[in-house]
Amino acid sequence: MKAFISVFPFKGRLMGNLLYSVFCGMFITPTFAQEMPADSLKLINLNEVIVISASKQLNHQKQRKPLSSLDEFLESSRSIKMVKRGAYAWEPTMNNMASERLVVTIDGMQIFGACTDKMDPITSYVDVSNLSEAQIGSGQQGAAYGNTIGGGINLKLDKNNFRSTGWTGSIESAFETNNAMRVFGGEVNYSDEKFYINTDAIYRKADNYKAGGNEEVAFSQFEKYNFSINSGFKLAEDKSVAASLIYDEARDVGYPALPMDVSLALAVIASVSFKQDTLFRNFSNWESKLYYNTIKHTMDDTKRPNVPIHMDMPGWSETAGFYSQAEIKLTKNHFLFKMDGYYNKSYAEMTMYPANSDEPSMFMLTWPDVRTKNLGLYAQNYLHFKKASLKLSMRLAYHSNTVADEFGLNSLKIFYPEMEKTKTRFLKSISAQYHNMWNDFHLNGGLSYGERAPSVSEGYGFYLFNSFDNHDYIGAPNLNTESSVETNLSLTYDKSIFEVGISANYFQIFNYIIGEIDPSLSTMTIGADGVKIYKNLDYAQLLNTTLSGRYNITNAFKLTGQISFHRGVDNNGENLPLISPVSYNSAIDFYRNQYSASLSINGAAEQVNYNASYGETKTAAYATLSASFGKRFFLQDNDLFVKAGIENILDTNYTSYTDWNNIPRMGRNYYLTISYSIN
Amino acid sequence: MKKLTYIFAILILSILTISCSSDDDNTPVEINPVEGLIMIYEIEATDHTIQIYSKKPNLEVGYNEISIRVKDLASNQFVSNLSPSWMPMMHMETMEHAAPHSMLTNAEESTVYKGHIVFQMASNATEFWELTLNYNLNGVAKEEVVNIQVIEPIDGLKKTQVFTGSDNTRYVLAYVNPKEPAVAVNNMQAVLYKMETMMSFPVVENYKITVDPRMSGMGNHSSPNNEDLIYNALTKTYDGKLSLTMTGYWKINLKLLNENDEVLKGEDVTEANPESSLFFEIEF
Repeated sequence: MKAFISVFPFKGRLMGNLLYSVFCGMFITPTFAQEMPADSLKLINLNEVIVISASKQLNHQKQRKPLSSLDEFLESSRSIKMVKRGAYAWEPTMNNMASERLVVTIDGMQIFGACTDKMDPITSYVDVSNLSEAQIGSGQQGAAYGNTIGGGINLKLDKNNFRSTGWTGSIESAFETNNAMRVFGGEVNYSDEKFYINTDAIYRKADNYKAGGNEEVAFSQFEKYNFSINSGFKLAEDKSVAASLIYDEARDVGYPALPMDVSLALAVIASVSFKQDTLFRNFSNWESKLYYNTIKHTMDDTKRPNVPIHMDMPGWSETAGFYSQAEIKLTKNHFLFKMDGYYNKSYAEMTMYPANSDEPSMFMLTWPDVRTKNLGLYAQNYLHFKKASLKLSMRLAYHSNTVADEFGLNSLKIFYPEMEKTKTRFLKSISAQYHNMWNDFHLNGGLSYGERAPSVSEGYGFYLFNSFDNHDYIGAPNLNTESSVETNLSLTYDKSIFEVGISANYFQIFNYIIGEIDPSLSTMTIGADGVKIYKNLDYAQLLNTTLSGRYNITNAFKLTGQISFHRGVDNNGENLPLISPVSYNSAIDFYRNQYSASLSINGAAEQVNYNASYGETKTAAYATLSASFGKRFFLQDNDLFVKAGIENILDTNYTSYTDWNNIPRMGRNYYLTISYSIN
Repeated sequence: MKKLTYIFAILILSILTISCSSDDDNTPVEINPVEGLIMIYEIEATDHTIQIYSKKPNLEVGYNEISIRVKDLASNQFVSNLSPSWMPMMHMETMEHAAPHSMLTNAEESTVYKGHIVFQMASNATEFWELTLNYNLNGVAKEEVVNIQVIEPIDGLKKTQVFTGSDNTRYVLAYVNPKEPAVAVNNMQAVLYKMETMMSFPVVENYKITVDPRMSGMGNHSSPNNEDLIYNALTKTYDGKLSLTMTGYWKINLKLLNENDEVLKGEDVTEANPESSLFFEIEF
């Protein structure tokens, strides 16, 4: 152990001592361990990986809808539900927790949306053409990417990584009938042992979609471009540098569930990284990255009829950050150490133009140029026993928010005369996850603790209108840090042709942050019902349980199914908003001789537990049926892959608990995807 | 290592000395006592001139801060023992009346006499304002009468209210501060006078004025944490807090209450009654 510390060279003794005291708890020597099972790393992981990579022909066949949006890919995950405000830019939720309680990163990079009304979750700034997979960690299993309560999603960029594939390319196109969505994409890649470059572009344009029964949903159109380039160069056998750049621009995006649309959402996401196979003898896979991203988001209500007052609401978010991580692989321990940090600037303003044009325009800062600094240390260790393994992880972070704009600070001081410009927190996370295997049974159990700071809106938002509960929201700079104690347990019976699993997790969240009505305050938004101020509830409780199964009927046919139950209540036993009712899905997939097909059903029971004071109404039970068919053709060396499908075959008109203001979902939709790849 | 420490110490010391020494060249700067003010009148008398200053280029209906100084032409110095008094007078076609005003004092600058006048009305073709100044110059009592022009506020906003309260008394209420409103909690100030006679307007003490700012353009949006205007005996003004949550046009609805908390003028703002009859208007 001493030997390990002494090779810890950076930042001298202080850092060494700190790290030592933090991580020494992980150096539990498993005296009875013999040999580790080769694939134990995979077994322990409760984490889910969604394979996206549109470029890989192999995956095309397994995916029911290869060129679907990233949002649809995420929604197909077991653990993610998407909150929808229209056809574009859905907001991921995990364990019934949304953006503020999740950490969503792109290739390890922190990015924060620039919209005060959550119209631009960062998943909207990448596209499937950029990504190879989405790594999902539930609860503190996501803490590797940042401070979180509900979990983490890391969207991994697609890179050739010095595979000797030479020149490859593909063109893809898709069409969907329901909203006349046109997708055109293509990529050109070159890769050898010393150098690779990946470039891709994708364009999507959709008209208004129609809900079941041919009911057109006005303002649900969108248009989006995305370009990305990433490249790597080997400096030496064990050293390489890489750089990536993503440009994403969406225009004319309708949000039928909201009173405003978006005329522009633009992101530039850039990074450079350095990789070295070893570091100071004991470390391996040393990777460091510097990144920067900037987002501009402009809301627009000029196309809406009967707007009580016209307003401009632009927002900007800029983030610079870094991380550096390395591993130590020993026979029974596998360590990962990571140091990361970011600096974010969030600024948003609102200008309203009064009906009486003699009066001056009305201006306010809705995000008062909040500067967030976060510096974190993360460490994890897999301990391998004979039939079991234990993953211990810990994150410590320094987090501070500063209101940089005087105008904004004075605005907030109207509500909080005593508030300080800067609020500093120390955020902690610790987790233990145990896995054991008896014959075909797998037991997973975990206990963890995590903390998060309030989001910019929760801490510093100024009259942010929430159309869901029809209230204006005011941030509270002195909110307490939210913390969560989480346990999870799952039991799986896994035979190669048959698998059944039951899993549950429970979050006891202390200082749960939510908006509470302050009847003394006057609304700003015309037509709003009241003003809410973010408060800490003593606690809230969340329970998620899932039963899932898989059965390989024959080599060609596979049957899968899942049913889940969720519950969320506050300290008074009141229902929390946006908690899923009982939901289920089941599918039968066929794959043989380059033919693929699937038939799937998705549904939910009636939303029994809802909360009207958060704008919720009881959503009815629904079920939808979808099917897809695909065929891969070989044309000399190249591949042509065609996939067609029907979603919502019965043209059901339905809405789920995640649909903002109960906007109906898309009705029957036929789609056709063609990809041609040149090898 | 030790050497390095020395170098470091010397470096820090030298920086400190440099920054300290630069503070020393603090030569006294001539301060212009009427900095930022506009001379609106200059009256030439035989052995002296009288200068009248204001922040604005014109005297307007409402609260006006006015500065006066007198230059002795013999010594070419501004005089600091004037003990001046003043009286504004409106000459209407059928009558004349004075205006509420403060005393003139030279507390801040010995040669600049400051005070305020609340003009209730504008001058026009047939009706005009005269300002009579009485002062001592070198032991001799002097009087000068200046014809002054008072215009309606250029911004067209109501910042002065002349009204009869439920106690059958005429009052003059005028907005003083904030001169530059901000999206913040502003320090608000107003002056309140009672019209005893046409010539006498004493300051009203120990009443209370409630404050309810509203944006009529935003569904009568209001702001929190306003504080009633309370009489400040030191400044003879009514001081309180005015919160403004955004820029734009605000109507500040007011209610005047006497010592017994009886409402003399103004009403609560409710759904049915969107504004008070006693109010100020601001725009920024």
